[in-house]
This record gives sequence, C-alpha cells and structure tokens, in this order.
Amino acid sequence: MRLLREAYYIVLEFLEMLGACVLFLMRLIRLIPQSLLRPRLIFQQIFSVGGMSLVLIMVSGLFIGMVLGLQGYNTLNKFAATSALGTLVVLSLLRELGPVVTALLFAGRAGTALTSEIGLMRATEQIAGMEMMAVDPVRRIVVPRFLAGVISMPLLVGIFNAIGILGGFLVGVGLMKVDIGAFWSQIHSTVDLHEDFMSGVLKSFVFGIATTLIAVFEGYYAQPTAEGVSRATTRTVVNSALAVLALDYLLTAFMF
Amino acid sequence: MAASSQKNTDNVVEITGLKYRRGEKLIFDRLNITIPRGKITAIMGPSGTGKTTLLRMMTGQVLPDRGRVIVEGRNIARLDGDELYELRKSMGFLFQNGALFTDYNVFENVAFPLREHTKLQERLIHHVVLMKLQAVGLRGAWSMMPGEMSGGMARRVALARAIAMDPKIIFYDEPFTGLDPISMGVIVRLIRVLNDSLGLTSVIVSHDVAEVSSVSDQSYLISNGKVVARGTPEELERNKSAWVRQFLEGLADGPVPFHYPSLDYATQLLGEEST
Repeated sequence: MRLLREAYYIVLEFLEMLGACVLFLMRLIRLIPQSLLRPRLIFQQIFSVGGMSLVLIMVSGLFIGMVLGLQGYNTLNKFAATSALGTLVVLSLLRELGPVVTALLFAGRAGTALTSEIGLMRATEQIAGMEMMAVDPVRRIVVPRFLAGVISMPLLVGIFNAIGILGGFLVGVGLMKVDIGAFWSQIHSTVDLHEDFMSGVLKSFVFGIATTLIAVFEGYYAQPTAEGVSRATTRTVVNSALAVLALDYLLTAFMF
Repeated sequence: MAASSQKNTDNVVEITGLKYRRGEKLIFDRLNITIPRGKITAIMGPSGTGKTTLLRMMTGQVLPDRGRVIVEGRNIARLDGDELYELRKSMGFLFQNGALFTDYNVFENVAFPLREHTKLQERLIHHVVLMKLQAVGLRGAWSMMPGEMSGGMARRVALARAIAMDPKIIFYDEPFTGLDPISMGVIVRLIRVLNDSLGLTSVIVSHDVAEVSSVSDQSYLISNGKVVARGTPEELERNKSAWVRQFLEGLADGPVPFHYPSLDYATQLLGEEST
C-alpha cells in the first residue's frame, strides 16, 4: 500500500513538472517574436551555448566515428562485407548516435551552464532587479538562451556527424585499408536524404528544444540558494538525459 | 480610477486594511500606511516584521491577501502584467544587496534600463549614465565590475541605476545594512539630496534608527503586523510607549521578550516529546 502511494506521488510529481514545463514553453513561444527584434542577444548566446560546446562536440565526434570504424570493420570482416563499412558508420551516426550523443553532451556542457547561470541570477536577486526595472526576465534572459540552444543543436549535430564520418573514414580506409571507392560509393547508394538525413535533423531539433527547455526551466525555477542551484543543475543533466533517450525511442518508433 | 487618482494626489502610496499571512504566521493585520508625495518616509521595525514584504507589496512583487495597496491612484492587485511594468517604470528600487548584474560593468549596469526602455542614441546614453554616476560620486568607477567593488560602492551604483529612468518614487530596502560609517554617511546624504533635487518620493525600510532618524521626514514603526507608532523623528523621540522606547534605545528585553516563545524550560529539558 505504501509502495503504491509513493508511486502515485512520483507519477503526480512528474506530471506536475511536465505541465509546468509545457506552460513555460508556451510562455517562451509567445515571447519569441519580441526577442527576434534583438538578434544580438541571440547571437551572443549562440556563441556561449553552441560555440563554446564546439571543441567537446568535435573531439567526441571524432572518437565515436573512429570507434565505429574499428568495431564495424571487425564485425563486417567476418562476413567479408567490409565494403559496407561506410554505410554502417554513416547510418549509425545520422540516425542515432549523432543526435543522441550530441544532445547528451550538450546537456552536460551547455545545459548545466544555462541552469546554474539563470539560477544564480535568481539567487542574487538579479532577476527580481530586472522585474523591478520593468524588464521581463523571461523575455530578456530566458528566450534568447532558449532560441540559441534550439538553433545550435542541429548545427552541432551536423558537425558531430561530419567529424564522426571523417573518423570512421580515417580508421576504415587509412588504418584497415578498406577500399576508398567502395567506402564512399556504398554511402552514396544506400543513404537516403529523406529517410536517414532528415530524420536525424528532426531528432536533433526535438532534442534541442527538450534539453534547452529543461535547462532554462530548472534554472528559472531553482531554489534561490547554493544547494537549490546545485540541485537544479543535477536535475538538468538527469532529466535531459532521460528525456533525450525516451524521445529518441518514440521518434525512432514513429519514423522508421 | 480618475476620481481616485485625483483624490490621492498628495499621497503616492495608500495602504488600507492590509492583511497578509505567510504559512501560519500573520505578517500584517489590518495595516494602514500612507506615503506623502515629495517626502522621505521610513518604515522601521525589528527584523522579521515583514518590512521588506511591505516594500514588495508597494511594487507589486507580492500581493496582499486582503486590503488595498494604492500606488499613484492605482490598485496594485488589479493591474495586469503590462500595466504593472508600466507603473514600475516610474519607480526605482534599491535592493539590499544591490542586485547588480555581475557580468556587466558599472557603466552597462546603469545603462541597462535606458537600453531596455528607450531608443536613445549611444552618445546620449553615455552622457546620461555618466551624469547618474556623477550624482552618486562614482563616475571614475565606470569600468569596474561589481565583484571588484565594496558593498557601499555597489549600493551607490545600484542607486545610480535606480534613478537612471528618472523615477518618481524610490524604494530603499535596508540601505544602511552592512556599511562602514563613511559609506553610511554617503548613502544618507545621497538619499536626502536625490529626494530634494530630483523631486522624488522616498520610502526607506530599515532598522538603523540613528541613520533613518537623521534623514526621514516621517517614520512608521511596525510590529506584529500593526503600526505601533508614527510621526516625525522628534515626535517618536518623545513617544513614551514601552515598545517604542525598547526599539529606539535597543533594549534586549521589554515588550519584545528576549526569549522566542517556547515551552517552559524545565518541561522542555525533561520531556522527550517536546524536543
């Protein structure tokens, strides 16, 4: 009975948070047109949210591509199908690894930064100060950061994928001596623009909305204390990771 | 609305029958306060009496459970978001910790409201900001970051920012707390000078009796959710009420007891259930 009750409260809490998150998203969407009038704020945030994540994304992309190349080669070699290595690397990256891994890294790198920045602004009364100066903090602080995250994510995924493919190519063709012509021509003939490429873009877009929304939501509603901000930052990583993985399953089931 | 604003032209803020409860605790119990135009009004009381909450009610950051808070003839509780923001453009608010934007330098902090609300050219913003900084004596510190400044300086920058939009009313939340005597003297002087030279109405919430008495035109003393005394500093000084005497003279025991309400000492030490 107690277990049931606790489960009930957990579900209730989750639904409450989900509802609050959706309402917050509505508020953000309503304020987007006003925010677009000041693109400079958005560009600054794209730099700090997306630009500063670039090195992490590129290095991770390179290593994931290289590992894919190695693992793929070893497995395919058993069936004498190493010419399909390019297809394996590209499809894995475009359809799954690119969007998912980038979103997880993004939540860890940029999401936490967003949450703690906004949370600290609340803790030091900067948000209250802004409200007292008749400036809507959601419009001034949150919306530019949200837009920057949503714009950055697909671009980061694109870069992650490109570098990942390069990594797979370096290991496959450079190290394992897979035929270069076979590598590229297989990719060319099997990867479909609409089904493979666009589905990855759609995923990255959805993950961008989810992770950035969670980050700014947690920051904006963080308890204005040191512990409150640290908890909010932790929740950003945990909730973003869960959201990305759950959404990934749903989107994959829906699209393929 | 027009009629009430006509009627209230002499008072910037009128609070009547204010009731507010936080959890179990009754913070305000039918509180009445008026803030006359052009004067410096102080609201004093011990910590925890809800002075800051009162200030936040006058600016619409907190809404009362009951009663009316009328500012410039408008009932704060009835205003929607845009109307409230419009009203706040005529208000300045000095937070206890300054609430400066830590990632902007002094100049950008003071320029912030101007950039947000006006379409002034950069050259004009430059002039206005330097003028406001000159008024608080910190023109030379325009390029400093908030983290590099002392508490007193940060508060003066916050004051420059609060008057950047030429408000009609300015609210000070504990402006003297944690300042050295020189900074305190500077703030006291600034409050007086700005009030008189800019034609402001000032509201100070504080428990620093000496500083407040030296600058205010009238004071309210609140305790247990009610006004216990009001008048000019001289009138308060002559007030014989035990509570007023305890507060003004800083006595440890009196109508406000030294001990927080509790069970009998012996009962609590011996009993298990009460700990």
